[in-house]
Amino acid sequence: MQGHTLLPVAARARIMRAMSHVAFTSQLQRFTHAPEFDTDAPTLRAALEDAFDLNPRLRDYVLDEQGHLRRHVVVFIAGRRVVDRVTLSDPLGADDHVYVLQALTGG
Amino acid sequence: MDKPVDDRAWVATRKGLIELRRRAGAWGVERASFVGEPVSMVLPPDARGRMFAALQLGHFGAKIQASDDAGASWREVAAPAYPAQPEAAPGPPWKLVMVWSLERTGRTLLAGTLPGGLFRSDDDGRSWQLEESLWNRPERPSWSGGGYDVPGIHSICPLPSGTVLVGVSCAGAWITRDDGVSWQQTAHGMRAEYMPPEQAFDPQIQDPHAIARCAAQPEVLWCQHHNGIFRSVDGGAHWGELAAPLSAFGFAVAAHPLDARTAWFVPAVKDQCRVPVDRALAVQRTRDGGASFETLRAGLPQRDCYDLVYRHGLAVDGAGVGMLMGSTTGGLWASDDGGEGWSALSVRLAPVYALRMG
Repeated sequence: MQGHTLLPVAARARIMRAMSHVAFTSQLQRFTHAPEFDTDAPTLRAALEDAFDLNPRLRDYVLDEQGHLRRHVVVFIAGRRVVDRVTLSDPLGADDHVYVLQALTGG
Repeated sequence: MDKPVDDRAWVATRKGLIELRRRAGAWGVERASFVGEPVSMVLPPDARGRMFAALQLGHFGAKIQASDDAGASWREVAAPAYPAQPEAAPGPPWKLVMVWSLERTGRTLLAGTLPGGLFRSDDDGRSWQLEESLWNRPERPSWSGGGYDVPGIHSICPLPSGTVLVGVSCAGAWITRDDGVSWQQTAHGMRAEYMPPEQAFDPQIQDPHAIARCAAQPEVLWCQHHNGIFRSVDGGAHWGELAAPLSAFGFAVAAHPLDARTAWFVPAVKDQCRVPVDRALAVQRTRDGGASFETLRAGLPQRDCYDLVYRHGLAVDGAGVGMLMGSTTGGLWASDDGGEGWSALSVRLAPVYALRMG
């Protein structure tokens, strides 16, 4: 854990400060559990690390062994496609929705 | 002729892993696993029923699945992973692209991968270690891709003595005789007609499509190369080119497990035209060490046929009698007499990546 506050979606209404919401493509559920959760992680990488804390096997489905976003995985933050696929440094803002999806290039 | 001895086989396809059983002399589908998912390679069960399948998930990467009950149930285990890539390291990215080959020798598992790493597991697939002595060879960053963007190890021919020979597209063949402490190039004698003439015999640029070893006489190896068929009688130290009558181009080779003079190949026209010669499917067999070849056609489609048999798509049983062949357009044929005659299975499979008995 990296010390970020993680809350299930149902508890989100109770929190006082703004958090980001992270969700994964349902396609991943065929292979491993992909949690949907809220986090106050400051960057995309920190948010993904929160997800990997919840399910370590998820890491190898989203990132390659160099820690980069897999070639055919795409991430949107607040409707904007993530460009930095190497360091995953994109900041997360208040109430941002983060979607981790499969790219059509991998189909 | 003897009778077939294997009654189980595995077909790794673009859309799942198919188990075949031979009952009352006829092969049929027993079970399908991973339906819809690409399966790049399968390692048949050992005596305990433990087997492995390599999945090639389009979005989420290469994965390894293991079964302890001969394919009845599966669980994900660790996949080979490359170590952290040093900054400015030459060659392709240190990222697993595909598991192209899987073999076992004793309790050790070996996995050949794109982009060119050989991995071993000494704990039943719970963890994998990169064979760094091969990966760190100074020539390795200059290996080139053959059919893929990056190089890969498609053939692994191990011996219990700690000798392992691997075939690399495109980097010839490499051998260790000290269980991986050191590796040497061993493609001397192979000829590449796709290179400038002065480089034609450079072992480093050879593109063996597949290499197979005779189990009973392991010093005998056969190779279907990009532009020729080659044989070695000294464990891969030297290779001699053979003249195949129908075509020198193809992917698959099967070595007779008992008779070092016999091997099978499935020719296609050429690199730029990957269909059977005259669109009539045929198998080329030699039974005299490559001095001559027979062209076997009985039972195979002889017109309007576009089936290509890929490098792992031809299998022979432990007696050298029962055979199976699967194509990139999902055709599947069986022979009970060493390839003399074939019969089509009434299935319409996805493209066949690998076919193995056992």
